[in-house]
Amino acid sequence: MTEETIVNIGPSHPSTHGVCRIVVTLDGEVVVKAEPIIGHLHRGIEKMAENRTYLQVVPLTDRLDYVGSMYANWAYCRAVERLAGIRVPERAEYIRVIVCELQRIASHMMGIGSTGADTGAFTAFMYAFAQRDHVVELFEALCGSRLTYNYVRPGGVSMDLPDGWVEQVRSFVAQHPAAMMELDTLLFGNVIARARLKGVGVLPADTAVAWGTSGPTARGSGVNWDLRRDDPYSVYPRFDFEVPLGENGDCYDRARIRLWECVESCKIIDQALDQLEPGPVKAEGLPRLLAPRPGDAYDHIESARGSLGVYLVSDGSPRPYRMKVRSPAFCNLSVLPLLAEGHTLSDLVVIIGSLDPVFGEVDR
Amino acid sequence: MAFVDDLGAALDKTPGGGIILTSLDAVMDWSRGKSLWMMPMGTACCAMELIAASFSRFDFDRHGSIPRPDPRHCDVMVVAGTITRKMAPAVKRLYDQMPDPKWVIAMGNCAVSGGIFYYDTYSVIRGVDEFLPVDVYIAGCPPRPESLQDAILRLREQVSTDSIAPGKSRALKSELPSSGSPRKGERDAAGGDVG
Repeated sequence: MTEETIVNIGPSHPSTHGVCRIVVTLDGEVVVKAEPIIGHLHRGIEKMAENRTYLQVVPLTDRLDYVGSMYANWAYCRAVERLAGIRVPERAEYIRVIVCELQRIASHMMGIGSTGADTGAFTAFMYAFAQRDHVVELFEALCGSRLTYNYVRPGGVSMDLPDGWVEQVRSFVAQHPAAMMELDTLLFGNVIARARLKGVGVLPADTAVAWGTSGPTARGSGVNWDLRRDDPYSVYPRFDFEVPLGENGDCYDRARIRLWECVESCKIIDQALDQLEPGPVKAEGLPRLLAPRPGDAYDHIESARGSLGVYLVSDGSPRPYRMKVRSPAFCNLSVLPLLAEGHTLSDLVVIIGSLDPVFGEVDR
Repeated sequence: MAFVDDLGAALDKTPGGGIILTSLDAVMDWSRGKSLWMMPMGTACCAMELIAASFSRFDFDRHGSIPRPDPRHCDVMVVAGTITRKMAPAVKRLYDQMPDPKWVIAMGNCAVSGGIFYYDTYSVIRGVDEFLPVDVYIAGCPPRPESLQDAILRLREQVSTDSIAPGKSRALKSELPSSGSPRKGERDAAGGDVG
């Protein structure tokens, strides 16, 4: 036992994946205690929502999880639809599933890529980001924006698919699994990456459940829980897909199942494109100014980070009385002090990366 | 900057030194403009576009703009994303750690003016120019990587007309009476809670 040192990491540090400050107590190079200090990106989105009409809140939800904006759009719209009793046309549901599975690929590419960068394999980041760029371009063709889409709206989606978009998605989905196999060999077959990831930051399954983690963080520990299958919403029951599970709950499993989830997403997109029928993309007869009856509603979806829920309270006015976001990134980040204990400072960076936090959603 | 300062004093004594000074300016401007290393102050959504800009598709390395996480390596700070009251002291501190000459690019509406978070929120600084001297503003929420590319090229134009003579340089920000405009934001940034 040597004298303990306190090291501040962040709030501006490339390995914190955003603006998080981590106060690390070190014994030599070994982490004794790691305390994340959040709130550097607290923009008060939940409070702002109280001063916006129901439709005006949608652009704010874009900026929650900015790596996967479609999820927050969808989770919010589902809560509004439940609150106001809106029925969504079937084509809109299919389009939502397609864009959200594409978003999962885009988001996981960022997560896997940064795992590569954290372990010294920057090339893998380049390969992953090339795939992400394809998806971002598809979204740009769809709604005109590369990151903040504002596409999923209460009652449907903002506009129908542009001409030739389905074919572009098909050709992307056709090449994606092979690219994932290449990335798997490149990153997870690499001796250095395996040595850096295996056995680091082990999260036991019962702890994962107790701390409310979800998504790839929980599934990496073998927790068999995916809202798309276990609390089916939208048209997900019509698709045939697997939920990849990890065994050891270490950084390797958490990072690698993201890769398999991308392959499963491709399967879902393929099936959804096959079943896609022409029709309206927005519920008819919606008033311009939604004013649901007094009451509350909660709905959740499986985002790239886990269970993303939105709770809305209405007092009968055209503005939400209260909006609360159940953020998976926040819950996943909460296990960081447990995981980091006893590992070296360099492993701490890998552990943060494997949790894949997005601070827009953590701080809200 | 002691070297440049001494040089300026020496050249003033030289008869006809203006010609030499002009050509030295050209050399300095040329070398500074061609390797504007970026300090990526990415906090929110715009940071994703900043990352995309330096990756293989847009490849900013070919402009000599390499992102460096250490402020002491950098020439230009790219403020990409929302700056909150809690974050502002850290941004200011990192800016102060950058060596002269230095420039600031405000990328995206949040850094320009607060953007979508201008109204109804209590925690967001309404534009990074409340506490930093901004050279180039990029509009967009978020701006495309091409916009950032344009900003770098415009900044290069600005750098290429600068002078190294004492008192004439626009880039030597620490010689200014105060960094940035003495507006409300500066007081907030200085007195903000670092958490």
